[in-house]
Amino acid sequence: MEKVLPAKDRLLKSNKSGLNGELRGKMLVILCAIIMISATISITIFLGTKGMQSFTKNGISLIEFLTSTKWNPTDKASPMYGVLPFIFGSFAVTFLSALVAAPLGIGGAIFMTEIAPSWGKKILQPVVELLVGIPSVVYGFIGLSVLVPFIRENVGGLGFSLLAGTIVLSIMILPTITTIATDAMSSLPNHLREGSYALGATRWQTIRKVLVPAAMPSLLTAIILGMARAFGEALAVQMVIGNVRDLPSSILDASATLTTIITLNMGHTTYGSVENNTLWSMGLILLIMSFAFILLIRYLSSRRKLR
Amino acid sequence: MKNFKKFGLAILTAILMIFAAACGSDSSGKENETGNNGELSGSLVISGSSAMQPLIAAAAEEFMAENPKVDIQVNAGGSGTGLSQVAEGSVGIGNSDVFAEEKEGIPADELVDHKVAVVGMTAAVNPKVGIEDITKEDLIKVFTGKITNWKELGGKDQKIVLVNRPDSSGTRAIFNKFALDGATPAEGITEDSSNTVKKIISETDGAIGYLAFSYFTDDKVTPLAIDGVEPTEENVQSGDFPVWAYQHSYTKGEAEGLAKAFLEYVMSDEIQTTLLKEQGYLPVTKMKVERDVEGNQKDIK
Repeated sequence: MEKVLPAKDRLLKSNKSGLNGELRGKMLVILCAIIMISATISITIFLGTKGMQSFTKNGISLIEFLTSTKWNPTDKASPMYGVLPFIFGSFAVTFLSALVAAPLGIGGAIFMTEIAPSWGKKILQPVVELLVGIPSVVYGFIGLSVLVPFIRENVGGLGFSLLAGTIVLSIMILPTITTIATDAMSSLPNHLREGSYALGATRWQTIRKVLVPAAMPSLLTAIILGMARAFGEALAVQMVIGNVRDLPSSILDASATLTTIITLNMGHTTYGSVENNTLWSMGLILLIMSFAFILLIRYLSSRRKLR
Repeated sequence: MKNFKKFGLAILTAILMIFAAACGSDSSGKENETGNNGELSGSLVISGSSAMQPLIAAAAEEFMAENPKVDIQVNAGGSGTGLSQVAEGSVGIGNSDVFAEEKEGIPADELVDHKVAVVGMTAAVNPKVGIEDITKEDLIKVFTGKITNWKELGGKDQKIVLVNRPDSSGTRAIFNKFALDGATPAEGITEDSSNTVKKIISETDGAIGYLAFSYFTDDKVTPLAIDGVEPTEENVQSGDFPVWAYQHSYTKGEAEGLAKAFLEYVMSDEIQTTLLKEQGYLPVTKMKVERDVEGNQKDIK
């Protein structure tokens, strides 16, 4: 005969096992969170200490590092560690590609949400998703084989240029901008559109005067996320930008970015050498910049919530 | 149901432990033991110079075919990486295209050098430039930017476009040392991979760069003779052609066990005369001259 427990015990037991399940789930989720947080923190600490070594241990002046345009770390007699040309190159390709990709991406988003929500979205959405799936090495390879000769023959210069890097990057960040901008536009409350039409505004007036301003913080977030991706991209840019250590004087000049210098040199340098440490410092600059981008996005989204 | 969860957790733990154990044995780098009948077994991790990776990987493949119980992993990652890793003992052999003494922060006295191959390299130009021979003096002037048009050297009226390697590249160090006599080249397009360098030279009017002999398989780029000496295998072996370098395999302390057996295999006539040639290297055993770290060259008696 089955043992029947008194009601009081039964309640206590089931309660206990229920608590166990609760606890296990909670622990699992907390563990996930702790792993993620500790990974980020340890990378930051590691990069911070490694990146500071060129200044603390090797005695390179921080001012010289950030402002000098001369980079020649292998010169035995008088090595020079100025990364300004690379910082400039990184910012130049980032802003230029955002300049190209932002209007295209936001235009595409408006087309998908306002002009042709049914068939437009059906065509454009998969196209954009496809662009995300193409690996960066393929973008770089296409850039090297098609874009660089094209620029050399039709525009001038060597082909390896800021322009080539900009074009490759703008195609790469286009999906990021388009997707987030589309979400922003389609999440706008419908009463904005209806109110505008009720006042007698045309569709274009509604888009320009009501919808785009209302979605502006999210649109800016989209652009900044795209820029953050452009800033960190290494492989595709390295293949088309030419990697020259001088400051470029025109958009057709070859240039270099922080990421391309790191990828070009990291395998050849030995761990702990001055040159290796300066590469870590460049990595630290990239990390600080990505924090800056995140802060900017935080600021923009807090502004959006206040409205 | 609860039991199933516990069972799952146990399996998960077991998998994690096996995984951790596997990682642990991998990171020890080499693990070798010789069986009772003298048959080699165990595993060996090799890392370093990406230029040497195809050669060492091909040699490792043949070695593993002959010794089925042996597992050799060949990773690329650059000479600096290879030297750092072998010095800290995380790999069995570290490949480098420069002497360990030339790299900063490497305890070169702890490492033992095994010169496994020789690579010859020379300046290469776009075929349309119309030059096949250059004096060393002019070559230095071209790379330091003192001559900017090929017509000054009797070629076509084309602007000279330099294609360099990254500052820390071994190929660049060797070319600067032996072809440019230590002069610092002017700024130009910088690419790491030899294939990309070749592609750029072949497509860009007036381009000049430098490549290992193994890349001169077709007429897309023109290799230059320096001071009238043709860039050929024979001229490198006799010491007449100056731009060549050893390919080094470093071990920490004298090579032992599997690493020793593998390096002996690479140095064997079989590999030196067939595989090396296929991969575009010159056999180190056929060299009539030798070089020390400073680059002083002397005849082998």
